[in-house]
Amino acid sequence: MKPVILWSDALIYLLVISLAFFFYRLRKDPQIRERWSQVFSSSLGMVTFTVIATYILIALLDSLHFREALENPEGVVGQEVFYDNKVTSVFDVLTGGMGDRFERTYSAPFALQSFEKENLQDAAGNDIRDYPPLRHAGQHLDDPDERGMDIAVKSVTALFWGALLSLLVIGPQWLLTRGSRYPWRASWLVQGIVLCTGVWMVSISRYYHILGTDLGGTDVLFQSLKGIRTGVLLGTLATLIMLPIAITLGVMAGYFKGWVDDVVQYLYTTMSSIPGILLIAASVLLFQVYIDLNPDFFTIGMEKADAKFIALCFILGVTSWATLCRLIRAETLKISQLGYVQAAHAFGVSHTRILARHVLPNVVHIILITFVLDFSALVLAEAVLSYIGVGVDPSMGSWGNMINGARSELSREPTIWWTLTGAFFFMFTLVLAANLFSDQVRDAFDPRVSLPSAVEL
Amino acid sequence: MFAYIVRRLLYAIPILIGVNLLTFTLFFVVNSPDDMAASQLGEKYVTPEAITNWKRKHGYDKPLFINPEAGGVTQLTDTIFFNKSVRLFAFDFGRSESGRDITTDVATRMWPSLAVALPTFLVGIWVNICVALMVVMFHGTRLDRGAVFLFVALMSISYLFYIIGGQFLVAKTWRLVPISGFHTEGQVWKFLILPVLVGVVAGIGAGARWYRTLFLEEANQDYVRTARAKGCSELSILFQHILPNAMIPILTGVVVLIPSLFMGSLLIESFFGIPGLGSYMLDAIKSQDFAIVRTMVFIGSVLYIFGLILTDISYTWADPRVRLS
Amino acid sequence: MTEHENKPPGSLCMQVQDLTVVAAESGETIVNAVSFELKAGHIFALVGESGSGKSVTSLAAMRLLPDALKIRAGSVTMDGQDLFALSEANMQAVRGRRVAMIFQNAMTALNPVQTVGRQVAETLKLHTRLRGKALRERVITLFTEVGIPDPGQRFDFFPHQLSGGQQQRVMIAMALACEPDVLIADEPTTALDVTIQEQVLNLIMNLTRSRQLAVLLITHDMGVVKYAADEVAVMYRGELIERATVDDFFHNPQQAYSKRLIDALPDLRHFREAAAQRPLLELDNVKVHFPIRKGLLQRVVDHTRAVDGVSLKIGRGETFALVGESGSGKSTLGRAILNLEDIVGGEVRFEGNAIQNIGRKAMLPYRKKIQVIFQNPFSSMNPRMAVGDIIAEGMISLDLGLSESEREQTITALLERVQLTAGHARRYPHEFSGGQLQRVAIARALAVNPELIICDEPTSALDVSIRAEVLELLGQLQREFGVSYLFITHDLSIVPTLAHQVGVMQHGKLVEQGTAEQILTAPQHPYTRALLASVPRLD
Repeated sequence: MKPVILWSDALIYLLVISLAFFFYRLRKDPQIRERWSQVFSSSLGMVTFTVIATYILIALLDSLHFREALENPEGVVGQEVFYDNKVTSVFDVLTGGMGDRFERTYSAPFALQSFEKENLQDAAGNDIRDYPPLRHAGQHLDDPDERGMDIAVKSVTALFWGALLSLLVIGPQWLLTRGSRYPWRASWLVQGIVLCTGVWMVSISRYYHILGTDLGGTDVLFQSLKGIRTGVLLGTLATLIMLPIAITLGVMAGYFKGWVDDVVQYLYTTMSSIPGILLIAASVLLFQVYIDLNPDFFTIGMEKADAKFIALCFILGVTSWATLCRLIRAETLKISQLGYVQAAHAFGVSHTRILARHVLPNVVHIILITFVLDFSALVLAEAVLSYIGVGVDPSMGSWGNMINGARSELSREPTIWWTLTGAFFFMFTLVLAANLFSDQVRDAFDPRVSLPSAVEL
Repeated sequence: MFAYIVRRLLYAIPILIGVNLLTFTLFFVVNSPDDMAASQLGEKYVTPEAITNWKRKHGYDKPLFINPEAGGVTQLTDTIFFNKSVRLFAFDFGRSESGRDITTDVATRMWPSLAVALPTFLVGIWVNICVALMVVMFHGTRLDRGAVFLFVALMSISYLFYIIGGQFLVAKTWRLVPISGFHTEGQVWKFLILPVLVGVVAGIGAGARWYRTLFLEEANQDYVRTARAKGCSELSILFQHILPNAMIPILTGVVVLIPSLFMGSLLIESFFGIPGLGSYMLDAIKSQDFAIVRTMVFIGSVLYIFGLILTDISYTWADPRVRLS
Repeated sequence: MTEHENKPPGSLCMQVQDLTVVAAESGETIVNAVSFELKAGHIFALVGESGSGKSVTSLAAMRLLPDALKIRAGSVTMDGQDLFALSEANMQAVRGRRVAMIFQNAMTALNPVQTVGRQVAETLKLHTRLRGKALRERVITLFTEVGIPDPGQRFDFFPHQLSGGQQQRVMIAMALACEPDVLIADEPTTALDVTIQEQVLNLIMNLTRSRQLAVLLITHDMGVVKYAADEVAVMYRGELIERATVDDFFHNPQQAYSKRLIDALPDLRHFREAAAQRPLLELDNVKVHFPIRKGLLQRVVDHTRAVDGVSLKIGRGETFALVGESGSGKSTLGRAILNLEDIVGGEVRFEGNAIQNIGRKAMLPYRKKIQVIFQNPFSSMNPRMAVGDIIAEGMISLDLGLSESEREQTITALLERVQLTAGHARRYPHEFSGGQLQRVAIARALAVNPELIICDEPTSALDVSIRAEVLELLGQLQREFGVSYLFITHDLSIVPTLAHQVGVMQHGKLVEQGTAEQILTAPQHPYTRALLASVPRLD
């Protein structure tokens, strides 16, 4: 086994570590603690946070990549170890190989046969046209009619193990949080549901395709799960790239005023006057041209897709700083007039120190709210960009690519609804949780600021 | 007021120059015309001659900024920068990579865009205000909380699902209108009704939620307390005092979008097969026709700046306290 | 509007009995069993500091409490009718018709997008059958009655086009439109400049007599009570602790708290002796102008002369009070001395050295010697820093050469000196009250051993009883450390106990200056006289 560290993997772990450090630092400030405790005192805050945390955990597990060592072909004895060209993640392993069970083409959820008729030979050797049986569904069944009963029995067993696992996970938390004033029960409920469904999915998917398969025969559930990493990473990395630009320019403009302010205002008016989607599309296309002309740049296919992905995050970040910059500039202008900045001037405190100690800490709430709010906007934007053809690489699973591929399927008879359902469910849950959570954060940190979304498509 | 508008128009010039420089850098400096030719020709046909031919045909064979071979003013004008970027200021958009006249295309395609975008915009605002007013009337009750949750849920659904769902239900299952298409003669409304409906419904979540916040912000103002002390009923406070005040941020917030309605909507137009500027842009992106993309970036910026100026003017019109100088 | 007969003077108009208001969620009592009566032709003053529950009482009587508060018990009776028993629709007929209300801040209490005439007309439309031309004429009559000039024209003005005093007059016209029996005035003069304050109070008093109104006057200002009220009740933490006629109250207050409130009134008989005359700070014809830009190219066409040629001297250990109304340029002058504002003309000399417009580095040594205390203690402390760090900031940046432990000792000493404890150093600003924070601000200024402290309205955001304590502390510190103060204030009444010298500022100019005794007993300039006339006094 050989670990593979993609650029996006490194960045996301860097982000998680810096966020953890940031919150560790904030821990001292009683006002911030009070506000966070307000967020988590409501069941809604707890539930949505647990949901988001689950998605992030899956994304992190899916960001631990490695290449498996190939067994040497028989008869060949050598020191050199060859590695599989396919990159696997820890998450892939945890799903029990859900992604490795390909069919030939479409099949409905829990189906035993393919969705389309093919030319087959029956037992007697005659050519007939019928639905061929699936390769990875219901192989263990003697009689197709037993399917319902079989699913029920397997589900009950799976739920039993799921409940047991939930107990193991929630039990220690229960012991640790006794007497706490936060509504932990709400969080445990979500944890329980997530664990039970998780166990159920993994165990059932060994016998059936829970959400069917798509045109290429891939398991739809697995694809939807793989979309989580793309969505979460895009939502966080793009904001991460945008933040330093917006903060630096906004704070400088609001604090130094004069020509600095003029320049920054000019920059963000220019930036926001360009139709965002065109700028993003053009930049992505140009990067695509660059990759096409330099095909030897990347050793494995996944690295190429990853480079495109990072470029997309970068482009989204660089094109979307204007809104936050304007907000921070306005807030900094306000803060610069306040007594404590004036007092600092009267004490001869240096500009850098005033910026670091007085201005920055007091715009953190705007940054925080923007971060959470932009997250959901970016997840939604990914789908649209993938539809336009400037999103993430088709080889990288994403909800946008799934929707894009499934768009014409609804008009078929009978309707193929499961690909869209899969993408819809996982995307909707994440975005809804993030939106509700951002409402809670905003209420706690600044009830008055009404922030429009930074990414408007 | 007049001086103000003239000053704003003058301020637009450096911004448009900035936009043009940025797109120029992106299209010609980051990516050289050679790269563009190579990717347009396709891998198999890339030969030095083919590239030169392609460049000559599309006018990319000149130097970027200064042409030392020409004399006098043409040193500056006979360049890619002048031909591809400066000419945009005269609304001379040139030809697309496939040889079509962009100016004619834009002129014919903006009307279908407007035919969809304008009704969506107007009906959308009206519906959102109505929904928000109804919710505000029940402020503090369970109905209010439920409605806010519903708004957030509606916001969390991707636009693509609204379109796909609308087409599936209205056009395919119920067969009320054609799935897509557009004819200028006859029953145009048949083709417009579904895109407008989808556009309006998709906007309710974010729109009504925003307006609700605006209404509630106004409801906390001192003058509302004064109105109560006068003996006004709650309903007349809502319509006589809160609504007129809240219309200021609502109007000035949406005015900036009005000029951009000409640009149409990328997604709606491509799904419903409407031959507007939105689908024009999408086709250009998909076929990597950078001449069209450049033009649309320029038009989009002009319209946005125009929208900003309109916003300022609408402030003076809607709010007696604001005077421009 | 003659259907409604005036009540005979002194007859009972409204009776409030055992009114109790609690917070809806926590159940905390905000107003506890408050009872009083309002009589025709009488002004009943309800006095208390912020948070005492006086405004809540008035809103409860109108049934206009915000959702977070609710009435637990009690009754409000008018003509034998319990207002709390009325349906909401009937209550709407009472509001504006029989009980009217005016609020503290007329600017925000008026609808900004409706003309003032229409707003007054709305009240009449709600409660009478007047319409059309008659309605307009009635409003103009009302405007004339409350003393709005050009009432016919002003009818179509928007609130922002009127001055603060005129806005409050519009509010009064609106309240009186339907000839109510009871007028509730919630801090009607607090947001106004002193000279305007007096005019508005006179108007309310005249209307009380002429219309036989029963007035509930809510205020925190003992001067207003003394000037206008017939009867007074003191409210403290939600309870009425004392009630008396105005004469009795001021001559013989029963409660210690009431005495404290009365003591806050100025004593215009005792002044401070002039101090040593060695000048520490000298201003010579100082000018601060802000450009006004106009036209196509935004050329500077004129200047706002915020400070226009001010000269004054402050001696060591002396207090110079700079008095003026809002917009007179007094705060700008303070900021200019601190080199936070560009001076376009004149000289600022500190210990004989010119310090105007000198560079950031060159100013540093003077920053140790000139310090500042701002008006709003809440905005002058960074909410993200602990109080100890706030005090230490100046010591660090001005490099007083102290080790960390020495600094901590100094902070402890300072906190104790301003009557706080060492433990407060680890707390954050939002955990303190306004008065405590202002002490922290004083400690912060003292931390660098300054010779001059510019105090920019340091007490105007504080309640009166706390105001006295802070002023007392400043006085003690002056005697102890020999520090000089430039005391910027709009409130002449605090001058006698505080200042050696007084300067009166109007429109950027110092119109009069002299010793406190000269200015307060024999003012020369008409503006000083007007200011002084509006100061309530105890005699």
